[in-house]
Amino acid sequence: MRVDSSIRTVIVGEIVFAIVLLIFGIYHGLMQVLYRAGVIKSMSFLGIEYYQGLTLHGVINVIVFTTIVIVALGNAVFLYYLQKPLRPAVQWTSFIMMVVGTLMAAWAMFTGKANVLYTFYPPLVAHWTFYVGAALLLVGSVIPLFFDWLPNYVSWRRENPDKKVPLAVYGMLINHIMWVIMLVPVVIEVLFQLLPLSLGLVQEVNPSLARTLFWAFGHPVVYFWLLPAYVMLYTVLPKVVTGDGKLYSDGAARLVFILFLIFSFPVGLHHQFTEPGITNNYKLIHSLFTFGVAVPSMLTAFTVAASLEYSIKSKYPELKNSLFYWWTKIPYISLEGDKWLVSYFMAGLFLFFVGGVTGIINASYNMNLVVHNTSFVPGHFHTTVGGLVTLVFLGMSLYLVSKLTGKDIKFKGLAVIAPWLWWQGMLIFEYAMSVAGIHGFPRRTNTGLTYLNPDSPLYRPEWVGYAELSVFAGVLIVIGFVLWAISFFGTLLSSPVREPVLELPSAEAYHDEKMPALQKLTPWVVFSSLLFLVSYIPPLYDVTKRGVFFDSPGYNDKSPVPITKPPASSKSE
Amino acid sequence: MDRAERTALFTAVTFLGIFFGLLVYAAKGMNVDVPTCITDVKPFTEGKVIQHAPNRYEIHYLARMWYFEPSDVEIPAGSTVDIYLTSADVIHGFHIDGTNVNLMAIPGTVAYARVKFDKPGVYHIVCHEYCGIGHQDMATKIVVK
Ligand code: HEM
Ligand SMILES: [Cu+2]
Ligand SMILES: [Cu+2]
Repeated sequence: MRVDSSIRTVIVGEIVFAIVLLIFGIYHGLMQVLYRAGVIKSMSFLGIEYYQGLTLHGVINVIVFTTIVIVALGNAVFLYYLQKPLRPAVQWTSFIMMVVGTLMAAWAMFTGKANVLYTFYPPLVAHWTFYVGAALLLVGSVIPLFFDWLPNYVSWRRENPDKKVPLAVYGMLINHIMWVIMLVPVVIEVLFQLLPLSLGLVQEVNPSLARTLFWAFGHPVVYFWLLPAYVMLYTVLPKVVTGDGKLYSDGAARLVFILFLIFSFPVGLHHQFTEPGITNNYKLIHSLFTFGVAVPSMLTAFTVAASLEYSIKSKYPELKNSLFYWWTKIPYISLEGDKWLVSYFMAGLFLFFVGGVTGIINASYNMNLVVHNTSFVPGHFHTTVGGLVTLVFLGMSLYLVSKLTGKDIKFKGLAVIAPWLWWQGMLIFEYAMSVAGIHGFPRRTNTGLTYLNPDSPLYRPEWVGYAELSVFAGVLIVIGFVLWAISFFGTLLSSPVREPVLELPSAEAYHDEKMPALQKLTPWVVFSSLLFLVSYIPPLYDVTKRGVFFDSPGYNDKSPVPITKPPASSKSE
Repeated sequence: MDRAERTALFTAVTFLGIFFGLLVYAAKGMNVDVPTCITDVKPFTEGKVIQHAPNRYEIHYLARMWYFEPSDVEIPAGSTVDIYLTSADVIHGFHIDGTNVNLMAIPGTVAYARVKFDKPGVYHIVCHEYCGIGHQDMATKIVVK
């Protein structure tokens, strides 16, 4: 379909802005493996400290890049499937807020006023621009939902009373509704705890409460990143894999989204298993719900594999009875038409398989004691968000930019190889980080200065090999990213060869059941919000009334002296 | 839902059920449990080692930017140690390598774990939660003789 040029500018602008930032994010990823292995034995490199770089890496890659790309994908999906125009005023407001917010937070991070990592746990405090910037970015990202997508969705429903809303719209809508719900706790944390502390309006906060509110957001947010990738796995992958494949079951896909809506929220305590101040049985309940949220991903594994099998077998009828051989017919590396996208999806899926297994280990309550805060955890999430999610986003970004600007994809060969290098690198990275983590290798640590430094009394030789392996892996991933970037910017900067359009490959469903119970979203949203609330009443009681004896003043990362309270008065505690 | 889908769903739920059953068994039957909310020991302002019996110890660890109090501790093999942990400033981590002791030190709270050291050796403790510029220096050890 043709798209108003102002809207086109916004969508392409969002993607390009996110990608330009991601370049900084990836650069710091490479720096981190070098520091950690002791290749760079220093507190800082080119004026940026290790922990400052880690803050940039985390915030850019998983807060800014993901959020903005997800808004861009949402715009594309709602526009394309509902065929109702988006409102330029709304879109520009949202885009500008996200850009301004990002720049504010970036200023604080680049000037070293916010070395607090992307989880910003108090009592470490950052400059207020960091929190206000993040808040602007997040508010900007919900504007399209309220002022563009929901109104369009409602009027589409009214015009098509007995049609099912398209699956992609269904998934994206649930995803953004979840986003609004999960923002509530983190907005409370930032507005009522961190911002007042950093502005000096209050002198102390309750760090356990802040962590609990943070993780009430911090877990569901990983599903906010994941669900758009799932939407693409359901609608795009089966279509492009053979050119006309089908999604195995529409009903199963919708059930998956509803299960995510229900189970994504009451699980945040799985990030707090090792924490004091929260009764362990509440943690066990959240662990159970976390196992629940694994179910929709397993169902997705089935549906996606079944769609691939169905699509491949309908193209190659001679494989009708093959159990495994059809896997070899998937176009893992193909330049034909849109099949280059398959590389991104398949490489991502293979990584996600590993990520799923390690995720269940993390969620397993007492098993978490073995891996918590070790490098096992970054090993895990580089195969999920750094694997499937990022690869799908990179693939779709390239695809959308080429369509929306009317340009041919340049250096398609590089674009097809890129995800496989990324895949190989991440797999090795995951292996090195996870195994080292089981041997106690900590995360979030400039280990090259001490633990991996033969001259230090803290030297731990048993970790050296793994850290060196992760350097090799990091280099592979970066090469993969560079190849992708050559293709992306090559495409962006080439001259248009056809009319700019918006197009999304969309597979039809093979099984297409009605499932009326899943069509009305409101009851599910209400149910899931209530479950969220109920699951958090007991732990919130613990961290406010029972387990926490006093509040803490704020600190910066450079000194053990509190910055929000005169030292004299802090002695009286 | 067709039969294959139902089978897949059933298999997934069964596997997860078995996993969950095993971890509950480990937690409640074998006492491999995660820290809980304790209120009988209040946050303290100095670290110390208390010996209750020849091989019964209590250690109060105070995490600070960027060291632990007490620093290196020596105990005999076969000792059972009750570990209490708090922080004097920001959030720290506390992981005794080679054991299941993995705690967070949060100011205003006290974390607790019990551990038995059977094998002699050096047990390294690292702070594994980012706590500022000196975080990579923050470590101590328990020497089991
Ligand atoms: C070249 C590619 C990359 C490399 C070499 C890399 C490397 C690393 C390393 C070594 C760490 C751990 C640092 C530490 O704990 O001290 C880390 C953390 C992290 N990475 Fe990456 N990474 C890469 C790409 C990505 C991507 C694409 C994403 C997400 C989209 C991502 C998200 C994160 C996050 C969220 C953290 C945790 C930050 C924290 O603990 O505060 N990384 N990365
Ligand atoms: Cu989580
Ligand atoms: Cu520390």
